[in-house]
Amino acid sequence: MTLDIQAVRQDFPILHQEVHPGKPLVFLDSAASSQKPRQVIDALEYYYTHSHANVHRGLHVLSEAATDAYEKARDKVQKFINAAHREEIIYTRNTTESMNLIVQSWGRANLSQGDVVILSVMEHHANLVPWQMLAAEKGFTIRYVPLCDDKTLNMDALKAFLREGNVKAVSLTHVSNVMGTVNPLKEIAALAHEAGAITIGDGAQAVPHMKVDVQDLDVDLYAFSGHKMCGPTGIGILYGKQAILDAMPPFMGGGDMISRVTLNGSTWNELPYKFEAGTPAIAEAVGIGAAVDYLSGLGMENIHAHGQELVEYAHDRLAEIPGLTLYNPDAPYRSGVATFTLPEAHAHDIAQILDSEGIAVRAGHHCAMPLHKEHFHIPATTRASFYLYNTTEEVDKLVDGIYKVKKLFNR
Amino acid sequence: MDMYQENIIDHGQHPHNWGLLEDFDMHAHDDNPLCGDQLEITIKLDVNERVVAVGWQGEGCTISQASASMLGDELLGKTLDEIKALSKDDILELLGIPISMTRIKCALLSLKVVKAAAYGLGEDE
Ligand SMILES: Cc1ncc(COP(=O)(O)O)c(C=O)c1O
Repeated sequence: MTLDIQAVRQDFPILHQEVHPGKPLVFLDSAASSQKPRQVIDALEYYYTHSHANVHRGLHVLSEAATDAYEKARDKVQKFINAAHREEIIYTRNTTESMNLIVQSWGRANLSQGDVVILSVMEHHANLVPWQMLAAEKGFTIRYVPLCDDKTLNMDALKAFLREGNVKAVSLTHVSNVMGTVNPLKEIAALAHEAGAITIGDGAQAVPHMKVDVQDLDVDLYAFSGHKMCGPTGIGILYGKQAILDAMPPFMGGGDMISRVTLNGSTWNELPYKFEAGTPAIAEAVGIGAAVDYLSGLGMENIHAHGQELVEYAHDRLAEIPGLTLYNPDAPYRSGVATFTLPEAHAHDIAQILDSEGIAVRAGHHCAMPLHKEHFHIPATTRASFYLYNTTEEVDKLVDGIYKVKKLFNR
Repeated sequence: MDMYQENIIDHGQHPHNWGLLEDFDMHAHDDNPLCGDQLEITIKLDVNERVVAVGWQGEGCTISQASASMLGDELLGKTLDEIKALSKDDILELLGIPISMTRIKCALLSLKVVKAAAYGLGEDE
């Protein structure tokens, strides 16, 4: 089965608009945040019109309905990434909060001077800055795995770092948000475990695009965001193996996360509630459940196949443009982005001119400053990112738009 | 595309007053770390504190570079007090194009650097 893209597009009301007179929206910025299908929007509306109350507190009908919807969504997410237990799914606000939870809870309890944490030069700031903040305090060392010329992770360097010893954690992005590079997380987890380190995956760009099976990957902790996978903003997931989460101290204190509070101290609630302090994003949790239903209904294999088809078409067409440089690896190590520079125009100029044609792309360093400044030695790139509702015709419009940029700057 | 008028692209591609002065009285450097635009400027005054030469270099988007090129021209002959009195609106008028909210920082980087130079804030402490 393949996706019926025109039917998929009908599910996304926002796509059907002109952003400038005569210029229909061509949305190629889903890696920053995806659009939402009617099914998710309806789930939010239904929740607020029928079921809302606080969760885990009231003994009344609405509180039970809200709790039921909130917990059912957790089951959906568990199944979606094939976690072994529902308690292993923690609701957070986004990938960034999940990573901060990991660093502040697991990191604070387990890292000290002499320890090593392995990251890479392609990380999003969400998997860089929290570690740097804690390292400044605790004095552990961060090693950054470099890239190969083909823009894949340098596995030899990673292995060499592991051999040097004292590595406590390997924390890597599953898919790069700039290059679309897909890292071999399963192989990396096996290597890390052999060296006595845990593996942490940043799945923000992976979960929306491919079937992710956390048990098969054998990662210990894994983070992703609802808003990049057709779900609402304000909801993210932290997956963790039960034994690891159990051993981690709470991140935030407050209501819901305790079992007993006295004036002398408190004891912690069980998983997953130990990590869900305060009133959570209930509607948004329901929304991520609806997003999971939507994506599963279409089939992650089909979504992945469509993404691969689009990215291959885009790379072929962009490679035809004189002077254009692409910053993506070859198949099969790439996911849904085409990232490029032009010699004659700065990334912001390109994005601005494309916008005047109705084409939404992102320009800048995409929250990966070290990759741009310290690896590629460029200030910025322009990124077109594709999702299940994009078409090859939209790629053609992107290419036409880029020629328009070239014409403006080559008069 | 309203923002990319011919004169803006011309200034971006063939900036006026390009290159730092060796002999200068005022100097400053600044950047927009989020988008990578950067600008360094040197200014020479005569005995009456009037600008006789401007030299700058930088890199970034067309808007930031064109704005520096045009502002450099504008500074020539101005007194220090007149430079200090330059406002955001003066720059926008100089550019003469609609600047969207997301690009205002690009357009105003040149003014920021010139002000830093005028107030003697440019030297690294
Ligand atoms: C690879 C990667 N990690 C982390 C994040 C941060 O996600 P969020 O902003 O939803 O916390 C993003 C999104 O920009 C990303 O692409």
